[in-house]
Amino acid sequence: MTVELPPGLALQKVDERIMTLNVGPQHPGSGHMRIIVQIDGDYIVACDPDPGYVHRGEEKMAEYRNYITNIPHLERPVIHDSCNALYPYVLGVEDLLGIEVTERAKYVRVICSELNRCIYTMYWLAIYGIFLGHSTMFMWPAGDRELLIDLMEKISGARVTHSHFVPGGVRNDLPPNFEEVCLRQVNYFEKRIKEYAAVFYDNPILISRTQDTGVLSREDAIRLGTTGSVLRASGVDYDLRQKEPYDVYEELDVHTNVMKEGDSYARSKVPWLDMMESCNIIRQALQKMPKSGSVRVKLKPNPKGKGLDSVYKRVESGRGSLGCYIVSDGKVEPYRLKLSVGSFRNLIALPYLLKGEKLGNMPSVYWSLNYWPVEADR
Amino acid sequence: MSTDAEQITTEEKSADEKPVAKPVVKSVQVPAFEKSISDKVVEKFGDKIKVEFIKENRVGIKVSREDVHDVAEFIRDGLNYDHVESVSGVDYPQDKEIEVVYHIGSYSDSSLAKQILVLATRAQREENPIPGKDATKLPSLRDIFYSVEFHEREVFEMFGVYFTGHPDNRRLLLPEDWADLPPLRKDFAIKGR
Repeated sequence: MTVELPPGLALQKVDERIMTLNVGPQHPGSGHMRIIVQIDGDYIVACDPDPGYVHRGEEKMAEYRNYITNIPHLERPVIHDSCNALYPYVLGVEDLLGIEVTERAKYVRVICSELNRCIYTMYWLAIYGIFLGHSTMFMWPAGDRELLIDLMEKISGARVTHSHFVPGGVRNDLPPNFEEVCLRQVNYFEKRIKEYAAVFYDNPILISRTQDTGVLSREDAIRLGTTGSVLRASGVDYDLRQKEPYDVYEELDVHTNVMKEGDSYARSKVPWLDMMESCNIIRQALQKMPKSGSVRVKLKPNPKGKGLDSVYKRVESGRGSLGCYIVSDGKVEPYRLKLSVGSFRNLIALPYLLKGEKLGNMPSVYWSLNYWPVEADR
Repeated sequence: MSTDAEQITTEEKSADEKPVAKPVVKSVQVPAFEKSISDKVVEKFGDKIKVEFIKENRVGIKVSREDVHDVAEFIRDGLNYDHVESVSGVDYPQDKEIEVVYHIGSYSDSSLAKQILVLATRAQREENPIPGKDATKLPSLRDIFYSVEFHEREVFEMFGVYFTGHPDNRRLLLPEDWADLPPLRKDFAIKGR
């Protein structure tokens, strides 16, 4: 039986020395994703990432639901960062419908988004720890992120999937005494994550395993179109909170963490530094926030776009720029919705970085790309 | 904890009068910097391109599939854009066309940090698609913007738009044995909807 293969699917002949190895999709070192590596002894000669095991068709589903019922499922690709995942969609719909959000709602959004960034990064860090066999680094972030999850639970009522951002503001106002509790928790949280340096980031074993592995130069980081911590770890000063400020980021003092090395170590350290920056932003936002006022403007039921229109909004999520392209044809549902996610954009760097690397370094390089398989597949 | 919850409910009742959303009247003034970008493209290509919109930080350009490669090359070399953020397909069955939209940004030029250039082109749409073997084809921009590699693979499997010149047109997200229509086309319907 000969099946004619579609273009690009032709089989490749490999050398006899070279072995093809499937890492994943069940392997804990890949996580819902298969990495097909070809190895020569201990060295990787070629790598072919194969995502798609958790593809849910979010973009297709969005075409069948109206602008409000799209909210809960669009945060599903990355539930730990659910506020940031919804952020560009909500900004885009507001732009399409022509809604202006109140000042207090914008501050609440910024606080929620920064809390979520920390919650996501802690989860990512926990898995990075266990990837490298460092169980303490799995337990500590997994425990400490509970502090912030409790805060988000106070705000939205849900621990992980908040669905808190809606076109027109946020669902609920902050609970009473929130500022005090938040400040206390965030200060304690910051103190805790600073302790990670002693156990993890200054640990000679971690440094020996991650330094100078998977080096991505500045030119290549730009050429490959990487984003977020991967880009900033390669020495490109680019953070959308600073470069294209949305909501009230313009009024806040946002510092961008940039490292020049471009290796796995730098890529794992930048998100950690970003968490401290998030704590700074939360403190500033709590101070500058209007103390009272509405947080949500009322929309008409089943809001519609104005004729054929399109909008592309992007925010800085935990994994880099997260863009949402909405095409509206004046109906209650979006005509087309496309999510351009940081994980998918950073994936292109994986084959590039793993070439010539030792197989043992694969987990540290792979997870340092700040890659979330479910988000990449959508 | 229980007192907290009670307080929230009482406060919600008191804050009942929510302001009603009013459409914001946006200024019709064309932003100058964005206009200068689109002017440069118009100057170079004249009536080969159509400027679709000039909004704040976004410039939309529409171009035919014959010219998309040249225009993209000019965008990289002449305008300093250096990476593609997103490649989206949009299916228009009534026009018998599938639009492919490139969102192009720049890291290296700090004056363009906010800007996104939206480059749209359209491929012919087939009623009964045979992905890769029918007329639904576009030139690949992978030799100009390396970052489109996975994005174009995704558009190929989701819309059936084959990118000529792309070195690797395999499936990416869909299963290898997917034999139905490309799923993001409008004629592929979700069951029960």
